[in-house]
Amino acid sequence: MPKLTINGIEVLVEKGVTVLEAARFLGIPIPTLCHDDGLAPASACRLCVVEVRRGLEGRSKLLAACSLPAEDEMVVHTNSARVQRARQLLIELYVATCPSSKRIQDLASAYGVHECRYEAEHEDCIQCGLCVRMCEQQMMAGAIGFAGRGANRRVSRPFDMTDKRCRQCGACLYICPVCELRCAGPAAEATLCNGCLNFAPVCFQSYDDAMCFLDPCHACELAGPLRPDVKIKTRARATVLSGEKQ
Amino acid sequence: MPRLKSVEELESLRAELRAARDPKRPCLTVCAGSGCTAAGAHDVLAGLRRALAKHGLQDAIDVKSTGCHGFCERGPLMIVWPEGTFYNQVTANDAAAIVASVSNGHVPVEKLLYRDPVSGKRVIREEEVPFYARQQRVLFGNNGRIDPKDIKDYLHVGGYAALARVLSTMSPEQIVDAVTRSGLRGRGGAGFPTGLKWKLCRENPAPRYLICNGDEGDPGAFMDRSLLEGNPHSVAEGMIIGAFALGVQEAYVYVRAEYPLACEHLRAAIDQAEEYGLLGDDILGTGMKLRIHLVKGAGAFVCGEETALIASLEGRVGEPHPRPPYPAQKGLWGRPTVINNVKTWASVPVIINWGPDWYAGIGTEKSKGTMVFSLVGKINNTGLVEVPMGITLREMIYDIGGGIPGGKALKAIQIGGPSGGCIPADLIDLPIDYERLTEAGSMMGSGGMVVMDETTCMVDIARYFMEFLEDESCGQCFPCRKGTQRMRQILTRICAGNGTEDDLLLLEDLGWLMKQASLCALGQTAANPVLTTLRYFRDEYLAHIRERRCPAKVCRELIFYEIEPTLCDGCHACVRVCAGDAILGEKEAIHTIDRAKCTRCGACLEVCQPRAVRAGTGELVCRN
Repeated sequence: MPKLTINGIEVLVEKGVTVLEAARFLGIPIPTLCHDDGLAPASACRLCVVEVRRGLEGRSKLLAACSLPAEDEMVVHTNSARVQRARQLLIELYVATCPSSKRIQDLASAYGVHECRYEAEHEDCIQCGLCVRMCEQQMMAGAIGFAGRGANRRVSRPFDMTDKRCRQCGACLYICPVCELRCAGPAAEATLCNGCLNFAPVCFQSYDDAMCFLDPCHACELAGPLRPDVKIKTRARATVLSGEKQ
Repeated sequence: MPRLKSVEELESLRAELRAARDPKRPCLTVCAGSGCTAAGAHDVLAGLRRALAKHGLQDAIDVKSTGCHGFCERGPLMIVWPEGTFYNQVTANDAAAIVASVSNGHVPVEKLLYRDPVSGKRVIREEEVPFYARQQRVLFGNNGRIDPKDIKDYLHVGGYAALARVLSTMSPEQIVDAVTRSGLRGRGGAGFPTGLKWKLCRENPAPRYLICNGDEGDPGAFMDRSLLEGNPHSVAEGMIIGAFALGVQEAYVYVRAEYPLACEHLRAAIDQAEEYGLLGDDILGTGMKLRIHLVKGAGAFVCGEETALIASLEGRVGEPHPRPPYPAQKGLWGRPTVINNVKTWASVPVIINWGPDWYAGIGTEKSKGTMVFSLVGKINNTGLVEVPMGITLREMIYDIGGGIPGGKALKAIQIGGPSGGCIPADLIDLPIDYERLTEAGSMMGSGGMVVMDETTCMVDIARYFMEFLEDESCGQCFPCRKGTQRMRQILTRICAGNGTEDDLLLLEDLGWLMKQASLCALGQTAANPVLTTLRYFRDEYLAHIRERRCPAKVCRELIFYEIEPTLCDGCHACVRVCAGDAILGEKEAIHTIDRAKCTRCGACLEVCQPRAVRAGTGELVCRN
């Protein structure tokens, strides 16, 4: 059984367990976009990079936690300055590629990305490959796959025709991390969600007593406590903000 | 030819071959590598055969096509044996003169001898040519002597002696130990100690596999191609020795399909080795089994990365996968695999023949042996150069390369392929070894060396390499796919004079991210050209941004062309070549360029005899 150290905590794990699984077992959050517990890791999104050193000496490296098997004497830091910088730069690139996704905007708020220096591309698909793996590994269909290389790489059907193996189950839609659109708040849409900081958070007021059908945006959650006049009613928000709200 | 059944039979065959050949018999060897073939080597060969037949000398004088000599600038090359007279830039018309000189007591044909550009003296032998004088041709030495398609030639120069020695006197552990002691490091670029790689692989259970990486994709690099074309048996011999050391029965050579001649010669070499009992079942009667399979790549640059190569070999999409597990633990078909570069394999017989201590005596403390570079770009002597590690860039460029053409100044040297870095002219006394190059922000890579002179714009060069890498990135991992795209966009912007100083910060951040977070070595090194040019040529970036000026006068949006009225003789040549009708003026009168119409193609600059057309850059550029 390999024994490794994650953020200073020693942990014994079974052979074959990845660093991501070990960290999540300890309750240490590591952001991911291309990972799902039921699918083989792809280490494509690189958001789960952690700083890894073997033993006490030697240079540390950033490696993707999702595909990194835990080994003896591994020393892992999931939130070092280097990891934080890599994450922020990555999220900035993601926001520019797909600014319409709620999940990516939430990541940006959660990890403190306050500006996007690139022109927005609205490419939408981030090629995490979850749909392809879902179709192949869970639905046993393999009706979609990647075509092209580099800048031309895209998720595609064979010869751009729907394959008869496609049962139109919709699993690919279900698992897509970027399909959920971001909240169209009252402010003009900027590349980076501004969290309605200058306005009353929209969903809070519009749905005064009703349950919001969207998960609250992370940016709005952060903005919430700054606005004492905003009443927070729904349970989901209450738990998130219980720390600050008295 | 019956299969050789023992080491003794091999040695007696070699003795027989040596006895059968008269060392005094004249032999004309013509380089038929890809470079010389393009320059007309096959016409020269046909011309020589015709001339010999005409004089009835075809039985007295041999004609042979050999592999690449390396001095591709001067091709087609040929050598007249046994004297070793070296001729360059031979044409089919010279055949008669050469045959006449050989039959008349070997008086060298004066005009075909290499002329030293400095002293103006004619040089007779290859070793005396300055291009070769500083080299140590351990791997390429035999290229000019043997016919790559004939195993007998290779046996004649001592081929397969290392294999015979290994099979008769050494244990697998001793071989791994010898390779470790030699200090040989992977010649594909990363420089991982070969002996250690073999040892790690041996710790994992059989069946194991062995791969030769011949997927050479760097623009301007052709070392592996020349070795496979010119001496395929040396690679095969290295692989057989490796297979014995690692207990491997199946080996693969992955070669680019763009190298048809290399594939053809290697296939012939494998077939002949099998016929002679040096491959197949029961090699030299020792019971060892090995098959070498030749696999052609489909032209993806990323397939030179070991895990992507393995994926491609297995028939999957050529995309890298994360390491660990390393191929030595879990490689081809999930089995332990050793994958080495063509030159690494070819170094193995050398180490066995000459001894690991001899090999370790060449080079520097941490980088041993010789390294092959393809010296290209703005350099007088283009070609393949094999030098001991630790040689300085100055020796490389001025002693071997013969300096920069046209008396221009050296500006930078790009080492290690598209993802290597640009080393500035100030660092010309840098010794070439793995560590020093990495410290300077570049890398050894597979050994491409592109020389740039003062007319090269470093921002434009960075943009060119980024375009290449954007195209060749597999697209699997986000930082590499998007990073290369964004970098190319920013660099294009700067080249057009629309960049800002914040862009430089963004480039540095992106470069850092790609280096840290990319999945494979392609992404991790892709930012090198940008990061090194930013480090050493920042003022050039700033000139593009602050002054909208391209100091090298390359970036089209930032330059203009003008005609110096005092020099213009009104010859009208520029008017004729101008595609945009931008040049005004009657014949015999002074011409002017209409900058609004000028597309800055530079055609007028090239044709202007009195050199009245000049390129300029700076404030005068009108914003489009």
